[in-house]
Amino acid sequence: MPTRSAGFQISCSAFLDAAGKPIGDLPEFARNKDTLVALYSAMVKTRTFDSKAIALQRTGQLGTYASSLGQEAIGVGVASAMTDDDVFLPSFREHGAQLWRGVSLKELFLYWGGDERGNDFAKSRQDFPVCIPVASQFPQAAGVALAKVQKGDPGAAVVVAGDGATSKGDFYEAMNVVGAWNLPVVFVINNNQWAISVPREDQTAAKTLAQKAIACGIPGEQVDGNDVIAVQAIVARALTRARAGKGGMLIECLSYRLGDHTTADDASRYREDAEVSAHWQQEPLVRLRNHLVATHGWTKEDEQLLLRTCKEEVEVATDTYLATAPEPARAMFDTLFAKAPADIAAFAEEAENG
Amino acid sequence: MAELTMIEAIRAALSRAMEEDPDIIIFGEDVGIDGGVFRATDGLFQRFGSSRVRDTPLSEALIAGMAVGAAAHGLRPVAEIQFTGFIYPALDQMANHASRLRNRTRGRLTCPMVLRAPYGGGIKAPEHHSESIEALLAHIPGLRVVIPSAPARAYGLLLAAIRDPDPVVFLEPKRLYRSTSEAVEDTGEALPLDKAFVLQEGTDLTIVTWGAMVKDVTEATLQLAESGISVELIDLATLKPIDRATIRASVEKTGRCVIVHEAPLTAGLGAEISADLAEHCLTSLLAPIKRVTGFDTVMPYLRLEAHYMPDTARIMDAARNVMEFS
Ligand SMILES: Cc1ncc(C[n+]2csc(CCOP(=O)(O)OP(=O)(O)O)c2C)c(N)n1
Ligand SMILES: [Mg+2]
Repeated sequence: MPTRSAGFQISCSAFLDAAGKPIGDLPEFARNKDTLVALYSAMVKTRTFDSKAIALQRTGQLGTYASSLGQEAIGVGVASAMTDDDVFLPSFREHGAQLWRGVSLKELFLYWGGDERGNDFAKSRQDFPVCIPVASQFPQAAGVALAKVQKGDPGAAVVVAGDGATSKGDFYEAMNVVGAWNLPVVFVINNNQWAISVPREDQTAAKTLAQKAIACGIPGEQVDGNDVIAVQAIVARALTRARAGKGGMLIECLSYRLGDHTTADDASRYREDAEVSAHWQQEPLVRLRNHLVATHGWTKEDEQLLLRTCKEEVEVATDTYLATAPEPARAMFDTLFAKAPADIAAFAEEAENG
Repeated sequence: MAELTMIEAIRAALSRAMEEDPDIIIFGEDVGIDGGVFRATDGLFQRFGSSRVRDTPLSEALIAGMAVGAAAHGLRPVAEIQFTGFIYPALDQMANHASRLRNRTRGRLTCPMVLRAPYGGGIKAPEHHSESIEALLAHIPGLRVVIPSAPARAYGLLLAAIRDPDPVVFLEPKRLYRSTSEAVEDTGEALPLDKAFVLQEGTDLTIVTWGAMVKDVTEATLQLAESGISVELIDLATLKPIDRATIRASVEKTGRCVIVHEAPLTAGLGAEISADLAEHCLTSLLAPIKRVTGFDTVMPYLRLEAHYMPDTARIMDAARNVMEFS
């Protein structure tokens, strides 16, 4: 008779249902109106930025853009649990987190408009820029955490990627070393159910993505990724563990990509409208607004004011972005090396003067 | 002054660097208590402790990616890939991140890391252990690629690589690890990167080479001298960026050039050097440029390995051929 060597369970947490009704007791921070309004405002700002970015792309004023529509609670939930001691390593879909971390709207527009200066953040200078090669940010997060441990710096690394990213070796390699070396890394998966046209169930036979952590000896949990309260709560818990020297954790945020993969994609080629409309019933902004209205007296006027403020902020940033002249051609060499090799001067000259 | 082999010189440089800078850490497969499969890190684990000399899981993408993250956040990692045959998963991080981080953040985040790996043939190793892939790496903008060819240069160049504020791939010709020793002064003095070394001055013919081939070329040079041919021997040492000025100046003087490398011919670095000379030194050339290289085939396993490696005879042939051109 074989004996039982190991077993596991994966839990999923949530605090607000799709209608915005609390499921049981809310955590302490979520009873404070100002806190909830800040989270809600950040999500609204993210969505406002998002629709402007798409509009700019459609009119040839921005490059290919990855919308975060429907996943705002993940970015905002993650970032609002972090402090300045932590380091954020984002995928290309976490604009909400970047904005909360202090990356400006103008910087985001610049980046997606094809200008590397958008990565030279004025604030949260310790954070990584978005990562385009899927999952390659995971090993780097382990390296950031190693540096923190080695130098005795406080804080943890927080890294976000999509459901598709969990199929890559980098994901396992990084989680594996985080387990083996007990490094302070919080792995967050934005499970939006799609990796371009490949649905979650074709990505892996694993029942949850969270359970992939178990193989690496770190805890893995699911959370309702459309519930910003739940996301913040679980990331905060993971960060507390990490900061206390208890190692890493994987959090799978269950959400849905309500938009196309990017502005270069047409999702109608591979998924049904009915599926998308069903998921609109779960989306993160409405549920928090319903909760604010029901519990904290959020009014139509509050809502109108917020929408207007966000719109104005985004418009101002758009104008500044559009008024920013591109760098001179030689900028492609200026920060290639700390000390440019002899070749570079000639290249720069040629690029600049043709 | 101590006589050191190349592996001892590498170890001395690592040790010296770690003493000087507490932010330098070493990690890779078996680099800890075992001291690395070639013993490059022998004794460092005992001396600097398990937090600064770390055995990683068997994960090449991780090793490089972790180095990128750690380098961006205040450490100066010297990571080891056990053999270049296994470096490919790490190239993702080198090409997509290490080489680009400073540029794409306009200087906000940087990547002062070294990726060390033994490379090349000649030690009767298993399959996948003997390839020369320097040209692949040299094609990546933003990376420096350095190859030492003797103990003292290994010492000085590795120190320079470690102190450099940008990523450096340091490929070690493993055939030379223990083949010879020379006086190496452990002064902590680095040699310049981006600079070729003129190992011997000459007037008739320039031979440009690097890594283990320096040994074979030196032998050929001695024999050529007996037949009255005066060779200027250049050890390229930093393969990216190429010290074009030194090569051009030499060829302008000698009028003839042979390039020798162990890596395959097509799209090898010999092609780049050759093209550069054709573009810039055409009127100085007295004969066509010749390349002596490995062949465009899969690196043979140990029984045929010797037939693949350029040897003294092939180098001499090429040199005579160039000298006899008229
Ligand atoms: C290594 C790598 N392979 C392929 C791509 C092209 N690509 C960009 S996004 C994407 C799907 C990613 O899916 P997922 O990880 O679920 O993230 P999502 O886009 O859904 O946020 C692919 C295949 C890439 N950027 N990187
Ligand atoms: Mg996805």
